[in-house]
Amino acid sequence: MSINTHNTHIVNGFAYHAPTSVAEATKLLDEHGVEASILAGGTDLVPKMKQAILKPKHVVNLKHIPELAGVREEAEQIRIGALTRLRDLERSIIVTEKLPLIHEAITAIGSVQIRNMATVGGNLCNASPAADSAQALVALGAKANIAGPKCERSIELESFFTGPGRTVLGRGELLASLTLPYPEEGSRGAFIKLGRTSLDLATVSIAVNAKMKKETVESIRVVMGAVAPTPLRLRNVEQSLAKKKLTVDAIEEAGKLVSESIKPITDIRGTAEYRRVASKGLAMEALTRILDGSRRDK
Amino acid sequence: MKITIRVNGKPRGFDVEPNTLLLNLVRDGMLLTGAKYGCGVGECGACTVLLDGESVLACMVLAFDADGRNVETIEGLGEYDSLHPIQEAYLEEGAVQCGFCTPGFVMSTKALLSEKSQPTETEIREYLKGNMCRCTGYVNIVRAVQSAAAKMKGPG
Repeated sequence: MSINTHNTHIVNGFAYHAPTSVAEATKLLDEHGVEASILAGGTDLVPKMKQAILKPKHVVNLKHIPELAGVREEAEQIRIGALTRLRDLERSIIVTEKLPLIHEAITAIGSVQIRNMATVGGNLCNASPAADSAQALVALGAKANIAGPKCERSIELESFFTGPGRTVLGRGELLASLTLPYPEEGSRGAFIKLGRTSLDLATVSIAVNAKMKKETVESIRVVMGAVAPTPLRLRNVEQSLAKKKLTVDAIEEAGKLVSESIKPITDIRGTAEYRRVASKGLAMEALTRILDGSRRDK
Repeated sequence: MKITIRVNGKPRGFDVEPNTLLLNLVRDGMLLTGAKYGCGVGECGACTVLLDGESVLACMVLAFDADGRNVETIEGLGEYDSLHPIQEAYLEEGAVQCGFCTPGFVMSTKALLSEKSQPTETEIREYLKGNMCRCTGYVNIVRAVQSAAAKMKGPG
């Protein structure tokens, strides 16, 4: 085998599977269990295989299952297939018109090349606490639809993540799609990401989605990235803002509460202290954008 | 496993292992050494090729995922005596220094201009942020993309 000092090759061999139906895929995943890795866009799996961090004996490519890709409008909800490439998601007219928050979050991910390859399901299943698509999807109330060898199940996306790199997916299961309710009248969102460079993972990020009545918050979701082991929904902040008029003081107060409520760590991208200060600023900026937007609406 | 890829317009058959990477097939199997191996983890863009017209990182694409598809590399763009307008523009604007990043930049530029024929400077910088130049020639590279856009639009 080739010398692989610079990770130019995948040294380990594997059996390759290209199922064409979800039933076939879940059967294969069930059969091979922990020895199988799912291949979607490959932007996470392939580098890990090159660095021999992962050495799967079986690779199950999901890209030949047509029903897993694409964005569709259904009667009560919008469905996003897990294998939808990020670039297709950001260019979808349904997304730009009905879910602009998703468009904003997705275009903040990586580079054009990465978005041409990576899929939304892959971004979620890697379960990085900093994955940019997760916060926006949770803020919009997305459900994760999971297919398994025996049955299907739907859970709230916020309960999908169980820790860094870990999800609720069990043996044989795969993330098939996400479903989102149509945004309500007066609903508006903001996504902000702080990173060392625009290509990097987030040091801190926030997605807010609020239903506004003039300058008053009817209901709101506040979700932060890279400040806890999983994308973090701040219910206490949401409750404190509900039915409140967004004044300068209320925004300052909410920013303080956000900063106190996160559970940041120090890592190569930033210190815990930095994340606490930055998260206050991000929250205030996001709420100010929402307020400005609802003022323009009048 | 047997795969067929249309490379720079010509269909070619290959027998690859499941773990063969597209970049290694392009460089070692086809001897098209324009696309470079840089970081290996999706940060530098030196291995950028076009897959069905869209820019991808060949060092992270498994060869079987290119089966039945079109792969375009820098070698498909122009010849020494008949350069592609993008290549001409990069030379004229001094956007090439050591040259290691250039094939990737040129292929990203081609993808950009096929999506948007007259991009703004902000759009150019955003689209090319996945390509890194360590000779720090970004100003000249942006100028080259603008010049290529003007050349490809033609007079008037």
